Amino acid sequence: MKKIVLMGNPNVGKSVVFARLTGAQVISSNYPGTTIDYSKGRLRIDTERAEIIDAPGTYSLEPSNKAEEVAVELLHDADIVINVVDATNLERNLYLTLELLEQDVPVVVALNMWDETAHEGIAIDREQLEEMLGVPTVPTVALTGEGFRDLVVALPDARQGGRLPAGEESRWVDIGHIIRAVQQVEHRHHTLWDRLADATIMPASGIPIAIVVLLASFWLIQVIGESFITILMDPLFEMYRPLAMDLSEWLGPGMLHDILVGQLIDGGIDYEQSMGMLTTGLYVPFGIVLPYIAAFYLLLSLLEDSGYLPRLATLTDNVFHRLGMHGYGIVPVFMGLGCNVPGMLATRNLETRKQRFIASTLLAIAVPCMAQTAMIFGILGPHGLRYILLVVGVLVATYVSAGLLLTRVVAGESPEIFMEIPPYRRPSLAAIGKKTWMRVRGFLGEAIPFLFFGVLLVNMLYSAGILQWLGDVFTPFTHGWLGLPSEATTALLIGFLRKDLAIGMLLSLDMSAMQLVIAAVVLTIYFPCVATFAVMLRELGLRDMLKAAVIMLAAATLVGGLLHLILLGV
Amino acid sequence: MEQPIADLETGDTATITRLGGGRGCQRRLRTMGIREGKHVRVVTKHPFVGPLVVEVDGRKTTIGRGMSQRIFVTTS
Repeated sequence: MKKIVLMGNPNVGKSVVFARLTGAQVISSNYPGTTIDYSKGRLRIDTERAEIIDAPGTYSLEPSNKAEEVAVELLHDADIVINVVDATNLERNLYLTLELLEQDVPVVVALNMWDETAHEGIAIDREQLEEMLGVPTVPTVALTGEGFRDLVVALPDARQGGRLPAGEESRWVDIGHIIRAVQQVEHRHHTLWDRLADATIMPASGIPIAIVVLLASFWLIQVIGESFITILMDPLFEMYRPLAMDLSEWLGPGMLHDILVGQLIDGGIDYEQSMGMLTTGLYVPFGIVLPYIAAFYLLLSLLEDSGYLPRLATLTDNVFHRLGMHGYGIVPVFMGLGCNVPGMLATRNLETRKQRFIASTLLAIAVPCMAQTAMIFGILGPHGLRYILLVVGVLVATYVSAGLLLTRVVAGESPEIFMEIPPYRRPSLAAIGKKTWMRVRGFLGEAIPFLFFGVLLVNMLYSAGILQWLGDVFTPFTHGWLGLPSEATTALLIGFLRKDLAIGMLLSLDMSAMQLVIAAVVLTIYFPCVATFAVMLRELGLRDMLKAAVIMLAAATLVGGLLHLILLGV
Repeated sequence: MEQPIADLETGDTATITRLGGGRGCQRRLRTMGIREGKHVRVVTKHPFVGPLVVEVDGRKTTIGRGMSQRIFVTTS
């Protein structure tokens, strides 16, 4: 089967082109570096079937980070390359195009965002461009699907560029010729809107704006999540309760009852504490976590598609650079607040091993995923907002201190920020909805099997007496060092499987608010969940992953002990 | 007079004359539109040795202070 590879600069809309060609659902956003791995799909050309691969964006065939390396490797297997070009930014995009035309692979050029050229006062002579490049050149609008039939029709006409390998300088000379021949740009004055857009990136105005945007986002996430719970989820679970009780009676006491329904509390089902697969196992993911996940991803999608994230990265560069990364480091943090797994993947856009190591380790230590955050809200909310803020404050302080330390002890380079700021775009509601749904579905697919398995494991270890035994073994640490009841050990151990489940288990222990704060912080810091660990192992390799794990344990021990001392006294 | 773009202030405009630094660094700058002969505007310059945001051909790019020491410009 033929392999077609989509290549182009970052943020030119390759993923939207991919979705158009294959009908597949992929995540795209308005910032460079959304696609960090490749996705594959199928396409039918006449009667022939072809495989189509969406590569991460790259500025040239000499890669400067891990995501770009992936792109260049994909080129070697390609039978046809579709070079996706941002028509509003033709000149700099042509560098990669000329490099591709020097390779012995047939190329078709897609002039994407064609509709925007008119708004920006850019006129491109497509026929002349096609003649000068020597390969089919098709205008497309990926967001609406315009031009895609032509693009597919042009695929069999893909030709090798036949350009001789040239140096960098002569490529730029050729690009100069081409641009002068095919493009005319009308001079555009800065409008009021441009000045407003600039204000979001200047420190004096941009930082207050950023604070307002972030506070508003978190407030909205909470409001949306809570309303979702009170309006929809709680009533649904109340309707389900009699059904679960019937099941409980029908099963009668025994092992199966313990696994499916769990322990009855005061003669009834307590969704948070019963620990049955069909009670707690359903309530934690659907009743508590899902509403917040959905709200979070809705807001994240809005921030992504509007183009705000790169501006935020610029504003926070000063801080992140001092922690051994640069402004882009905020992207893994944002993704990680949803789920640490995509957060880990987003670190690929950082250039060096040192930066990636620091970004992933800090993510694993101090960034709770939404599942965990929702549960922290759930258990600490009734005690008051200040306890939640305390947890947040401790985590931020841990993130910063660990970063300051790591950048001094980890060997390697920390290059500076160097990032394109895309224009603001109005997010399309359909795209936002689709993206939120895909991510929520991803959460359900990943979380529910783990939660079921977690509940099953808790029950099995409990009946076998292993949990009690482990609790005894770790008592000096849990009770002596952290100041928590020894039974909390069980929750800490289960936290490796699913953090949300672990925090639920803390509820039955009747702890004070301060003890809950310590438990929530230690649960966040000591280890990420097993799924995140698997990604870390793949991204960092065994050695660095083990190093990161030691740092996590040390941080958890230190911060937990300190909190014990400060919050509870001796 | 030729000077590094890092010496300009917010709102200043200039023409890029020369790129310093290693070959890889120069290539990255050029592929992101920062090239000799281009007209450039400093959109903002962040304090505490923070990054600069520059605009070339209507597109903005954030560059670290170190790299901005190696982009030379003349003001018109």
